Amino acid sequence: MRLFPRFLNGAGQLYVGLVLAFLYLPIFIMVLMSFNASPFYQLPIDWSAGWYTALAGNSQLIAATWNSVTIALTTTAIATLLGTAASLALYRYRFRGKKLLQALLFPPIAIPWLITGTAMLIFFFAVGIGRGLHAILLGHVALALPYVIVVVSARLQTFAPELEEAARSLGASQWQVTRRVTLPWIAPGVIAGALFAFAVSFDQFVVSYFLSTPGQTTLPVEIYAAIRKGFTPEINAVSTIIIVLSMTLMLLTARYFRFGGEK
Amino acid sequence: MTAAPPPGAQHSQLRPALPLLLPAYLWLTLAIFLPLSAMVFFSFMTDLPLADRSWAMTLGNYAAFFETDLYGRLLLRSLRLGLEVTLYCVLIGFPCAYVLAKVLKGRSREAIFLLVILPFWSNGLVRIFSWAIFLRGGGVIDSALNAVLPFEVSVDLMYSYPAVIIGLVHSYLPYMVLTCYLTLQAIDDSLIEAARSLGASRLTVLRRLIVPLAMPGLIAGAVLIFVPVVGSFMEPRILGGRSGTFYGTVIEDQFVAVFNWPLGAALSFILLAVVLAVLALAAPVLRRQT
Repeated sequence: MRLFPRFLNGAGQLYVGLVLAFLYLPIFIMVLMSFNASPFYQLPIDWSAGWYTALAGNSQLIAATWNSVTIALTTTAIATLLGTAASLALYRYRFRGKKLLQALLFPPIAIPWLITGTAMLIFFFAVGIGRGLHAILLGHVALALPYVIVVVSARLQTFAPELEEAARSLGASQWQVTRRVTLPWIAPGVIAGALFAFAVSFDQFVVSYFLSTPGQTTLPVEIYAAIRKGFTPEINAVSTIIIVLSMTLMLLTARYFRFGGEK
Repeated sequence: MTAAPPPGAQHSQLRPALPLLLPAYLWLTLAIFLPLSAMVFFSFMTDLPLADRSWAMTLGNYAAFFETDLYGRLLLRSLRLGLEVTLYCVLIGFPCAYVLAKVLKGRSREAIFLLVILPFWSNGLVRIFSWAIFLRGGGVIDSALNAVLPFEVSVDLMYSYPAVIIGLVHSYLPYMVLTCYLTLQAIDDSLIEAARSLGASRLTVLRRLIVPLAMPGLIAGAVLIFVPVVGSFMEPRILGGRSGTFYGTVIEDQFVAVFNWPLGAALSFILLAVVLAVLALAAPVLRRQT
């Protein structure tokens, strides 16, 4: 038995359709406009791939894109490695202060990036780390670490500690236990954590914005600067490419992990 | 090996844990905890402690917040923006999550759920920019309406308070759908059936059963939306234009335009205090129900 009568089901589906339209319409329009030759977004659309060729000649945007990709990949590698190690320690050992260490993971997630970003700017400036790509990398890894630890720890909760004990009693060293027993089991969690880390870094705007210098920026910072200077349709083209890439990545992830499916 | 803990072991295993923990927590200390502490310290300074400048400790930056009512007014304006965006996300997102969790079934539910949270994984800046194209005068809405309607209309929502609201609701709606969906999905259908067969009206079931059980999801979604919206500055800048001055944009100005970092630090710290107060208010509700 359902809470609402059957004829309302159709209304419910229509409603979800409207919400989806709200979510996708502006993105769809942006993709269309990236193929419109008119720089003032005039209709009807005059089909052209001109903004994409213009984009190919925009060395500043391309350099910023490479910075974004490099920083995101480096962040993913470092945050996944350090985060997985910390999760293993939090899972495997008991010691005083463990609860505190776990609680410390939430401020970086919960505090608005505006506050974290400006605080990093002040501190890095004061201690001489300064601004630039290295500072951005330092910040991104710190933002990604709590996500990796939370996701990997969640996966570890499903792990049976007896498996580690069994391997040990059969003579495996600590490293062998970790590599042959524990890591294969938590691999999906580690991959999910890595994807989180990549997304946090690649989409990061606020923290990168405060830590970048004119020559050393990432793509979102460059896009923000371009939007504030005035609408440039090349931004449509680069935004379309980003949207297609990140949505494809997410779809692949979802196929792999079946997010939102039954428990 | 002795690493496996015998039940009830009291001795600390900190030593083997340290090498695994230290790299991650040192990194967090260097890039998050020390900066936040430094921000508090700087907010009490007259100027940056650079080689060629003299500085002193002061309460002036906080006094500035209370003396001119500008900052207080903007903070209230940002809090109102946060409340409004959260409210719209609840009103739009909760029914949507309900249909997903309780009406749709199987593959179609999975596919539509994915479609709802998919935009959330694309760049936030890019999504705000797509609204800028959509809303500007002589833009898409305008042309579409004029093509259909017999009379001329001019819709120019760009650079207005509603534009900021629309952009932010679009950005944060998936959070609300996601958190509500997760709690609604966990409600057993037989509970609803039992209430109905005992004679409860549909409205009563919704009010006394479904909404209370979904409360942790609603609160979690509200916190996830309210906190970043109060500190937002990029969305108001792009969509709000001249009517887009909020508390977040004033903080941004102190750091990138006016270069009054100590004042910016004080304003950031006041925002942090407000955010922590909100989290503290929400925490008991979340803890009790999960």
